[in-house]
Amino acid sequence: MIVQTVLFYIFAASTVGSGATVVAARNPVHSVLFLILAFFSTAALFVLIGAEFLAMILVIVYVGAVAVLFLFVVMMLDIDFREMRSGFVRYLPVGAFVGAILLAELILISVNWAVTPVRAGVGIGAPVGAIAINNTRLLGGILYTRYLFAFQVAGLILLEAMIGAIVLTLRHRPDVRRQSIAAQLARTREESVEVVKVPVGERV
Amino acid sequence: MAIGLPHYLTVGAILLTLGIFGIFLNRKNVIIILMSIELILLAVNINLVAFSVFRGNLIGQAFAMFVLTVAAAEAAIGLAILVVYFRNRGTIRVEDINMMKG
Repeated sequence: MIVQTVLFYIFAASTVGSGATVVAARNPVHSVLFLILAFFSTAALFVLIGAEFLAMILVIVYVGAVAVLFLFVVMMLDIDFREMRSGFVRYLPVGAFVGAILLAELILISVNWAVTPVRAGVGIGAPVGAIAINNTRLLGGILYTRYLFAFQVAGLILLEAMIGAIVLTLRHRPDVRRQSIAAQLARTREESVEVVKVPVGERV
Repeated sequence: MAIGLPHYLTVGAILLTLGIFGIFLNRKNVIIILMSIELILLAVNINLVAFSVFRGNLIGQAFAMFVLTVAAAEAAIGLAILVVYFRNRGTIRVEDINMMKG
């Protein structure tokens, strides 16, 4: 139990610290890297609480896809990020004001709101349905039966996002010479090869 | 002291506040704003999973997966729009994005 408590505080501090660095970092590349660290720490928190499948999905989807996409875009765009931060100090007071009030309210709610556990013995170290069946299987049992329609809609959303991203970024540049395979295959012998009789001692 | 629901909710609240703070702070940089939105969605996921585990109800984790899906789609579309905008205008300053303002 004490090990889990210590681990929770370590990973929670890592999550919060890297989240703060994402916001405050001078270099956007550092922001993305700390975003990855925040996702990893959150995945560790999920493992600690017994939600292994979601932790692994978080690592795969966020770290493997989303964060790398961010890194790619940050490095691809040629922008003067130094100039981008010029309003940083000006917005600091109002941002800190709103943030402090919001944080105080949220923490007051979450600490003082008593939630009655549905099942006895549910807590850290005791994942949902710990009988003999693991988290992944239980989640699949819910997703593929009760939320099948929502699951398929989620797949449709991903498909639509993929098509949208491709349509948005695809462009045909007229100044680039492309390979036209159809034209190459349509060439015949008559239009490409010519046999010339060369008389002896003369030029063609 | 055992780790309970309030601990996880506090982590989620701090992360959500950091995300909103980031939107306030980096008003000129769209990329950082998108990252702040990702932080906010991560806080939502922490809350859903914490409630799901401590209430003994697995549906929260199913919905956390849907939140993850939407977050991935949003990041892909947002960054694609960003790339196209930069290609057309050569800048991604938030103040310059005002062509659709009435």
